[in-house]
Amino acid sequence: MLYIKCPYCGLRAQKEFSYGGDATVKRPNINEEVSSEDWDNFVYMRKSPRGKHIELWQHIAGCRQWIKVQRDTATHEIFQTAKVTEEIR
Amino acid sequence: MSQPFRLNKEGLINRNKKISFTFNGKKLFGYEGDTIASALIANGIHLVGRSFKYHRPRGFFGAGVEEPNAKLQVEFNGHSEPNVNATEMELVEGLSATSQNCWPSVNFDVGAINNFLKMFFPAGFYYKTFMWPKSFWYKIYEPFIRKAAGLGVASIEKDKERYEHKFEYCDLLVTGSGPSGLASAYAAAKNGAKVILAEDKPRFGGTLLTDDVSIDNLSGKDWAEKIISELKSMPNVTVKNRSQVFGYYDHNMLVMFERVSDHLEKKSKFTPRQRLWYIRAKETILSTGSIERPIVFGNNDTPGIFLSAAAKEYMKVYGVLVGKKPLIFTNNDSAYETALEFKKNNVEPIILDTREEHSSELIDEAKSKGIDIRFSHGVIVANGYKKVKSAKIGKLNKDKNSFEKIETVDCDCICVSGFWTPSVHLASQSGNKLKYEEKIDAFIPDKKKQHETSVGAANGSFTLEESLKHGFENGSNLSAKITETKKEISIPNVNEKKYGAHDKFWCMPLPKNENPKRFVDFQNDVSVSDIEIALREGYRSIEHVKRYTTLGMATDQGRTSNLNGLQLVSNIENKIVPEVGHTTFRPPFTPITIGTIVGREVGMEYMPTRKTPMHEWHEKNNAVFVDAGAWKRPRYYKQGSETLFEASKREAKNVRENVGICDVTTLGKIDIKGPDVAEFLNRVYTNAWMKLPVGKARYGLMLREDGIVMDDGTTTRISENHYHMTTTTAQAANVLSHLEYYLQIVWPELNVNVVSTTEQWAGAAIAGPKSREMLSKLYPDLDVSNEALPFMGYKESEFFGVPSRIFRISFSGELAYEINVKSDHGMFMWEKMMEVGKEFGNQPYGTEALSTLRIEMGHVAGPELDGRTIPSDVSLNGLVSKKKDFIGKNSLGREAFNVESRQKIVGLIPIDRKSSIPEGSHIVQDQNAKLPNPKLGHVSSSCWSVENNNPFSLAIMKDGKNMIGKKFFAVSPLKNKSIEVEVISSHYVDPEGKRVRS
Ligand SMILES: [Zn+2]
Repeated sequence: MLYIKCPYCGLRAQKEFSYGGDATVKRPNINEEVSSEDWDNFVYMRKSPRGKHIELWQHIAGCRQWIKVQRDTATHEIFQTAKVTEEIR
Repeated sequence: MSQPFRLNKEGLINRNKKISFTFNGKKLFGYEGDTIASALIANGIHLVGRSFKYHRPRGFFGAGVEEPNAKLQVEFNGHSEPNVNATEMELVEGLSATSQNCWPSVNFDVGAINNFLKMFFPAGFYYKTFMWPKSFWYKIYEPFIRKAAGLGVASIEKDKERYEHKFEYCDLLVTGSGPSGLASAYAAAKNGAKVILAEDKPRFGGTLLTDDVSIDNLSGKDWAEKIISELKSMPNVTVKNRSQVFGYYDHNMLVMFERVSDHLEKKSKFTPRQRLWYIRAKETILSTGSIERPIVFGNNDTPGIFLSAAAKEYMKVYGVLVGKKPLIFTNNDSAYETALEFKKNNVEPIILDTREEHSSELIDEAKSKGIDIRFSHGVIVANGYKKVKSAKIGKLNKDKNSFEKIETVDCDCICVSGFWTPSVHLASQSGNKLKYEEKIDAFIPDKKKQHETSVGAANGSFTLEESLKHGFENGSNLSAKITETKKEISIPNVNEKKYGAHDKFWCMPLPKNENPKRFVDFQNDVSVSDIEIALREGYRSIEHVKRYTTLGMATDQGRTSNLNGLQLVSNIENKIVPEVGHTTFRPPFTPITIGTIVGREVGMEYMPTRKTPMHEWHEKNNAVFVDAGAWKRPRYYKQGSETLFEASKREAKNVRENVGICDVTTLGKIDIKGPDVAEFLNRVYTNAWMKLPVGKARYGLMLREDGIVMDDGTTTRISENHYHMTTTTAQAANVLSHLEYYLQIVWPELNVNVVSTTEQWAGAAIAGPKSREMLSKLYPDLDVSNEALPFMGYKESEFFGVPSRIFRISFSGELAYEINVKSDHGMFMWEKMMEVGKEFGNQPYGTEALSTLRIEMGHVAGPELDGRTIPSDVSLNGLVSKKKDFIGKNSLGREAFNVESRQKIVGLIPIDRKSSIPEGSHIVQDQNAKLPNPKLGHVSSSCWSVENNNPFSLAIMKDGKNMIGKKFFAVSPLKNKSIEVEVISSHYVDPEGKRVRS
């Protein structure tokens, strides 16, 4: 079971979180024209890297904040967590 | 009642307390502190089971977790448990053990015929034999394999025992209380670290209990006792025996299995049987020790053949002799300690040492005591069927591939030692890659992957001095990093015997024309020739060899067989062991009970039960409940001997004719506040929200970004910047997360806050033509006319003195209202409604009637919004704005969403107007067509239309409305039904929606 550091609450067990996918995907702006290709990329196309991956988790059984987690998809090592307003590099 | 193999005083058992038990029906006794194994051996019993494949007689081989053979069916405390390791289970009064995998008895087993047919059971036997003919599989092969493969018998009784889970956090977890574990725990505890020390066995000390050593002039056992009692007195230390750390998971999470009370004669009602510990440790010391491996020889599975260290443990811990005429067969010095222990107890052993004549401290001591030592010797084959009687032994030539001399010697046991294998399972599970250590011919941990540090024998250090030093140092250094305190600890003086080098020899050759079975894996009956066959047939990867031969795949996980298997493969393949590699270690290290995994999450505690504030009233009024997620909802209120069908028809009819009330508390409720709510809703819902006035509700449809309908519900504007959203019961949690996602991540610039208020409000729907009359009696001072409170209107008013919210919304398609009061007032509201509603013929209705009402109105719900439908599929395209943007809008233009033949919602009625159509039925043109019969759609919801008094269903069907008027078959192979149906509109009742506005 992963041990995830919520930037608001501290280290908590994985049980308290739910997974939310790739955090680097940006939704096209509302009310703006978007090409079919860009839209399809946003809705469907996801990378499935082996290794470092920046992803979203929500602390559903805690503060309910969505957070960013940089995790190794092969080893589950977590390098960094951050608020969604912060950058992970 | 004498015990012929019990020593007079040796051992750590309590000779003042006799314990009686039975084995295969025979009454026996042992002592407190015995295992089933030690008590049976004391009684001279060695034949305990039959082997898995050939049903060969099997006896004890080890004295602990390494045991591959002695798995018994054990009954105690009123329950029966299969596959219990006799070498681990402690003896308790009244216990009854029986042999497994034998019929009719362990002494005469019909399956033993397999042993004489062994040429038919080579490696890959099951794969090869049972592949054809295919039709034989279910009826003949599978039942045969099941019967033959069965070990113990699982109980079919309900487990009455209590099991627990516990979550724990510590600075240092130490797994194993041998010398290195004790040293690590002690050093860390002195530094003030929070320490958990776990020992699998009942007694602490590991090899200190059996090795002839001294530490600071104390015997190993006394030193261990001293350290343990000091650790127990420290508040920062938890010391646990009978507790096995069996799994190393991500982020330093380790799982431990504690046997709390099986060894107790009496326990309180609340004492659990077993406890599962989830331990999050900052650092872990893996001091799991090592396990002796055997040397492979002919008929090496005969009862009476033991690992040499096990024989010593039986003498030193249990005061039991495994035999009185022992042969010690070894390639190293450690078995000499066993020989010396026999000698001490006046038993004369013969040592067969595969090494050439040489000298070491132990060899010299054995010589000086007059022990018969034969160098360059080994056991070729054991003689005896149910017990060793003699052994054919041979003097090896220089190359150790043939014999210079062969003779037969009498013996009643053979104690074998092929050197030591570090227990690296936890290190490997942590992600550590392991490396091959040539010096000890075994794998040891390599570079750390998590916070695990292996010490002592688990790390390949086989001397006490090194183990203690390594333990103290690592315990001290690892804890000092955490506590920032470092206390000086003096490393004690150690007195131990020095071992000479071992012989890299692991399998005895066979003389010409002799071909006895030489087992590598006892539990799965894998012999040398099976591995040879696998290699001959082209299997190369060790993982494939393992699966093909089943080597190491039994419950003992190959603890005594893996390395010998690897050596064999590497020899045949002419590779070195590290090139062959090792198979993966997986938790649990030893089998654990299902009860422990489940813990307290059984019966009522399986999941939380959510009850509405009116639950007790429903119970008192014969509600039959249905689970809606964790919620309990009344499905119908049973009157007399009514069936579900009759009751729901009565309730639905009463709503259509008079008035009914329904508990709708379970609907998701989300309170939304902020100046930008209208803009937010406008993006979240498909329809327009910018102009919703205060005091009005609106129905809204929510999509996912891929255009699929996510949820529907109403949102009401309570005041300028305050809205109240409802969701379906099932989607409540998802919708909240969805809103939070957009507010926190996508549009943080919107000033909007959302919070779930599902639990805060109790809700009741009042539906039916008489609902307005009833409402006016509930709110005598309020104008509830159609003009003052129109469809989709909202008002706040006191309900007999308590604050309430009135929504004029309808799910049933009737004139209807929904009243919300604070949860605490829910019961009051409900009882008041029942009282006031009497004169209007009000009756409560459950979810079944609710479904009937919505289905015949053509209102979609979960079965239609099934994660595959877009708004136009379910006739909701009127709610999709063409002017504004919203979540999922761009996806609606996709080509596949706009083809004419797309499956869309329709209504179905049976031609005979009588046969109800099973939900899930497939719609086909021709019920007798050849399979696969093209599927035109499926039935999503079915009901008995109370309005028209015949069955009616909603279906999602190809070409949708173009099919209206045509006839098809609704086929349900599950219910074995085929019903001819006619396609009609999905709006079966009040298609114009006049009633809700009346
Ligand atoms: Zn949090």
